[in-house]
Amino acid sequence: MRRTAIVLAVVLLAAGCSSGSNGSNSSGGGDTPGVTDSEVVVGTHMPLTGPAAAGYSKIAPATKAYFDYVNANGGVHGRKITYKIMDDGYNPSNTQQVVRQLVLQDKVFAILNGLGTPTHTGVLDFLKTNRVPDLFVASGSRSWNQPDKYPGTFGFNPDYTVEGKILATHVKESYAGKKVCFLGQDDDFGRDSLAGIEKVLGPVAAKEKYVTSNPNVGPQVGALKAAGCQVVILATVPGFTALTIGTAAKIAFKPQFVVSNVGADPTTLTKLLGGAAPLLLEGVVSANYLPLATDDSSPWMQLYTKVNSQYNGNAEMDNNIVYGMSVAYLFVQVLQAAGKDLTRDGLIAAVEKGGYTGPGMTPLRYSAQDHSGYGGHQLTRLVKGKATYFGTPYQTDDKEAPVTPYQAAPVAPPQNGIPPA
Amino acid sequence: MTVIREKIVARVDAPATHRRINPYLVVVVGAALVVALTYVLPPFRTYQLATVGAYLCVTAGLTVLTGLNGQLSLGHGALMATGAYTLALLQNRFNLLVAGIAAAVLVTTVAGAVIGLAAARLRGPYLAGLTLAVAVVVPSVTSTFDETFNSDQGLSVALDPPPGTILVEQWQAWLCWAGALVTVLALTLVTRGRLGRDMRAVRDDETAAKLAGISVARTQVLAFVISAACAGLAGALFAVLAQSVSPGAFPLTLSLFLVVAIVIGGLGRLTGALIGAVLLVVLPAVAQDIGEAAGSQRLEGNLALAFFGVVLVVVMLAAPGGLASLKPPRRKANDETHRDRPRRRAAGRRL
Repeated sequence: MRRTAIVLAVVLLAAGCSSGSNGSNSSGGGDTPGVTDSEVVVGTHMPLTGPAAAGYSKIAPATKAYFDYVNANGGVHGRKITYKIMDDGYNPSNTQQVVRQLVLQDKVFAILNGLGTPTHTGVLDFLKTNRVPDLFVASGSRSWNQPDKYPGTFGFNPDYTVEGKILATHVKESYAGKKVCFLGQDDDFGRDSLAGIEKVLGPVAAKEKYVTSNPNVGPQVGALKAAGCQVVILATVPGFTALTIGTAAKIAFKPQFVVSNVGADPTTLTKLLGGAAPLLLEGVVSANYLPLATDDSSPWMQLYTKVNSQYNGNAEMDNNIVYGMSVAYLFVQVLQAAGKDLTRDGLIAAVEKGGYTGPGMTPLRYSAQDHSGYGGHQLTRLVKGKATYFGTPYQTDDKEAPVTPYQAAPVAPPQNGIPPA
Repeated sequence: MTVIREKIVARVDAPATHRRINPYLVVVVGAALVVALTYVLPPFRTYQLATVGAYLCVTAGLTVLTGLNGQLSLGHGALMATGAYTLALLQNRFNLLVAGIAAAVLVTTVAGAVIGLAAARLRGPYLAGLTLAVAVVVPSVTSTFDETFNSDQGLSVALDPPPGTILVEQWQAWLCWAGALVTVLALTLVTRGRLGRDMRAVRDDETAAKLAGISVARTQVLAFVISAACAGLAGALFAVLAQSVSPGAFPLTLSLFLVVAIVIGGLGRLTGALIGAVLLVVLPAVAQDIGEAAGSQRLEGNLALAFFGVVLVVVMLAAPGGLASLKPPRRKANDETHRDRPRRRAAGRRL
């Protein structure tokens, strides 16, 4: 017990000492945390290791690469962007830890593109209490769009209900009279997606669910086959998209697969399915709202490929890299709009002002009343292992609005690849 | 031979030479220190301090079970999950924090009693296997009863902000350390009494304990239940800290980390449990700094695992009794104690 007392005292003293040394280096210029005349520090939490790392771990390095590109060209309003990437392993209790470290110890200006519904949900209240802007959450949950409750939080992805409505509209038009079924993740992702689908199609013929901790979808796929499904809509992460398509092939079940954007990156799926991938993935329909990684003709892809080779060690190009760089581009746009006199309130006002155009196929919806991100998708089809867009982009909302085509022509990036002030 | 002699020596003169500090005093001083620190430390350090407190609840209970009673549990992560989910469900329905924590402890105690009844019939690897199964089953339970537990996504915990001008981190630290100090006090009182002697007797020799009239099964079940209650408290506190519960927060590695931490700290001592709790917070943070300095973010998540392994190997080579068995530097007057080094080591498993 005496030892307990001694150790307790030593530990607490050590904690006290370490705090002293930390306190001195955190002061920045002005009153805004993370902002000096020459630097703005933002942070993120990402699954760099653990169950969700496959594919998603490439996002943050791509974002950082674009920031490095901007920094090399003079930064934004003379400030270089420092991007602090923290690994939370897709574990909500780690997210609590690393986001607190970012905000309280590293004094970041804002949190950008924190990834994951279960992970990020847990830090919403903390970020609100500390008045930290929480921009462009990397998830399609509708939780990010609650301006009254969380005034500093903004989404980025089209939410899963919007996506479900658009996928279902395509199914309704192209596969009329066929038996439509659904397999989804047993969380907000699957539930929101199904809600959107059923808004358009009415109740589906059969619905199944899975959890990521149990890598076996045999029973679910078997049940869908037994129900005689002809079209199967998947709200699955990449690993489970591959697993489902592979399992279906094993039991000679060949429906038309329609896959959610987050689970349909062709590069990731091809890697997971191996040699049989081109055959298994042929004709799979999905949706996207950003330039496709394999579309060499897109001026955005030319910019991203250049940045990727110069600042990202020439990592293998896929839709995750496109996503990471598109987030970075939008953040730079917002920083430009927020002006030289950068504050947290100013940043949030700049996002709410809206009107940003960039790589997306559909418009961003930001306003004071709407904190959701992209408002729609364009459909893609996989042919010979390569996804291509077809039809026109569609937009809608997560409520009762109809699914309507969006006709505006896509914009090209500025000459130097950096949004103007 | 030497082993036996040491044991005898230890038993004969231990009560006479080992001065015991009044546990109430330690709790009061500890509480004062924690409160003082929460006003001095920056918020992130305060949050880490709170996490140490929450870990201390479970490591203290586990070290009593493993160090004093000789039962190995690889399933304490699952018991923490039980406490955490109980708190989350009650908190979201009734919003009574203290009652929720009490209920979490109660429910986990019942769960611990069930596991403990089965565990008391098992020995060594079989006991480890049973508790391992408990740790593994958590995700399946949450996805089977997903209406209640919301499968992998878990539940968020609705919490009222602390009253007045108290910072959230301060309030969390007070709450966690209140739990930790109560746990430490209760465990000290229990293990210094008859039950503690029974536990040690059962650990050292079950047959001899039986001959002395001690009910072996009863002692083992009781030890497990006490330890489970501590784990339940820790789980509830973690739910408050993370404001969410999910199976991912209580993986198998957590259960293993807990065992490794108390072994590094020093098995069977509350000091060791405290050191273990500190390591559980500090080592991942250090690993993260190293990963950051090395420029590889992907290292961070995995480095902590390697770190724990290396520290375990080094500590076991250098100080088999754990860090708590290392002597603080002594003045000349105390040099005579070096003579009875074997005695001290033999008495190492005392609190």
